[in-house]
Amino acid sequence: MPPHYPYRPPTDPGTRHPIIIVGGGMVGLTAALDLARRGQPVVLLDEDDTVSIGSRAICHAKRSLEIFSRLGIGQALLAKGVTWNTGRVFAGEKQLFAFDLLAEPGHEFPAFINLQQYHLEEILVEACRKAGVDLRWKSRVTAVDPRADGTTLTIETPDGTYQLQADWLLAADGARSATREAMNLPFVGKVFRDRFLIADVTMRAAFPAERWFWFNPPFHPGGSVLLHRQADNVWRIDFQLGWDADPEAEKAPEKVRARVAAMLGPPILPANTEFELDWVSVYTFRCRRLEKFRHGRILFLGDAAHQVSPFGARGGNGGIQDADNLAWKLNAVLRGQAPESLLDTYDAERIPAADENILASTRSTDFITPKNDAAHAYRAAILALAEHHEFARPLVNSGRLSRPAAYTASPLNTPDDAPWPPGLPPGAPAADAPCGEGWLLHHLAPDFTALVFGPTPATMPPGVTALHLPANGLAAHRYGAQAGDVILIRPDQHIAARWHHCDPETIDAARRRCLCLT
Amino acid sequence: MPDLITTANLADPDAVFEALMNAHRDLAPEASRQLDAKLVLLLANHIGDPDIVKQAIALAVE
Ligand SMILES: Cc1cc2nc3c(=O)[nH]c(=O)nc-3n(C[C@H](O)[C@H](O)[C@H](O)COP(=O)(O)OP(=O)(O)OC[C@H]3O[C@@H](n4cnc5c(N)ncnc54)[C@H](O)[C@@H]3O)c2cc1C
Repeated sequence: MPPHYPYRPPTDPGTRHPIIIVGGGMVGLTAALDLARRGQPVVLLDEDDTVSIGSRAICHAKRSLEIFSRLGIGQALLAKGVTWNTGRVFAGEKQLFAFDLLAEPGHEFPAFINLQQYHLEEILVEACRKAGVDLRWKSRVTAVDPRADGTTLTIETPDGTYQLQADWLLAADGARSATREAMNLPFVGKVFRDRFLIADVTMRAAFPAERWFWFNPPFHPGGSVLLHRQADNVWRIDFQLGWDADPEAEKAPEKVRARVAAMLGPPILPANTEFELDWVSVYTFRCRRLEKFRHGRILFLGDAAHQVSPFGARGGNGGIQDADNLAWKLNAVLRGQAPESLLDTYDAERIPAADENILASTRSTDFITPKNDAAHAYRAAILALAEHHEFARPLVNSGRLSRPAAYTASPLNTPDDAPWPPGLPPGAPAADAPCGEGWLLHHLAPDFTALVFGPTPATMPPGVTALHLPANGLAAHRYGAQAGDVILIRPDQHIAARWHHCDPETIDAARRRCLCLT
Repeated sequence: MPDLITTANLADPDAVFEALMNAHRDLAPEASRQLDAKLVLLLANHIGDPDIVKQAIALAVE
């Protein structure tokens, strides 16, 4: 049974709050948790009183898990989720190839876990509650009045409407963002002329925890099908239906049961495998984004800011990275440690990241839904060649799974002053590695950390904590570091600067640059 | 950036043309298109450099 969170009648109409977040989906909750853990008072408004309906975002990438680990819930998610590393791609009845996402050993988190969005949100709500977030359920924002120094919100509750003032408003109200619509901001991009039936199915099947993707399988001729295992013996099945399908008729339980039954027999599973339908929905996918995510004192994140088709699991994972990028910046501005212009770098860093996700998922969707005869012919050629020829397999695009954005062009980076081996340039997320009894990322401070390699005595400027690491370990190898090297890590665990030779003034200058103080 | 070769570079042009025509001879239009698509993909992989392939596409579209 889904949780229902307690609604409380508002007691503070007209009050001004430093931070209000609209939307308690996975992204708004993540931003709220990050800000609350940084000591900020946060009010979060959500229109209903429960978690996501249906599994929606199921694949959570290593980078998201590392962010959640920084927020104290990484291990809880890992324990609840299904870890998987192997993907298989089929065409017709034949397996074309398998791939293994298992990163090298020496990371706390796997490449991916599968976990229903509702489970993730439930864990986030509990963590937000413990961190002191003021969670207001059944509180729908119906009007947004932006000013230069804040925003007036009108909120509809079971007890009628009231208003609140926000110094800073975070709009995380999803793809149909009421904030975006109230502000009349264009949300442009493309619609893919196709429909997908998404079903959650409960069954006891001794079937491996792998990602299976079929082009044109015998049980669903002409379409593609994706199968994933989730927590609690729930399986997610996506059927490509084509543009002409009738979404309402397709959702009829008998019709869905017939499709699933055709799939869940031999050779995939034993005959008469029993299953229950938990959730069914029909989607048409889109890729689009706002032109800018910052509009004065209003910041958009998650699906409210950008939307992608789900091939590649880039929607939720991208939104989590938005929250990760924004929270420390807003915290620094609110504490007077940085000017408001630091928030412009949220746009500078997250818009290229959104574009990368839009590009990758557009390319996948174009492969999965060919647009004309030439696209069909090329796809058929690739699938035919891929069975026997290794060269054609990288051309098969059933989704390019989410990768963390590296902010390599960010104005916050201090450019290298000497050559470094390729791999982890300024802007890249910090790599994990074993560190003492635990993991490197756990040892990073909430503000700035300097990784100091080898037996180097280091004096740190204020606001920077040193973390001493051996010059011959796995960490040094991953960062391309030698004895004497120093790498400065930002509060969101991205690399800010690195040096072979530096003094406290150099480190301080890089820290100040990261806070837009220079 | 290396340039696409647009001067004569093929050792035995008549034989290559003949091999292409032989391959297509008995094919229906759809199968011909499949064959050409496979050939483009095989040759693009052999070339390896996406810049060269894009230069060839631009020239072919002209
Ligand atoms: C079929 C499908 C599969 C997907 N698979 C994946 C995947 O595997 N991995 C992945 O990373 N992503 C996936 N995604 C994308 C992912 O679900 C979204 O990117 C993610 O939900 C975005 O989170 P969000 O918090 O921005 O928005 P949402 O989760 O949509 O949350 C928005 C919240 O705002 C609230 N709200 C809306 N309007 C108001 C209002 N006016 N006032 C107050 N509250 C309001 C809503 O109640 C909701 O709680 C998938 C999506 C779909 C549809």
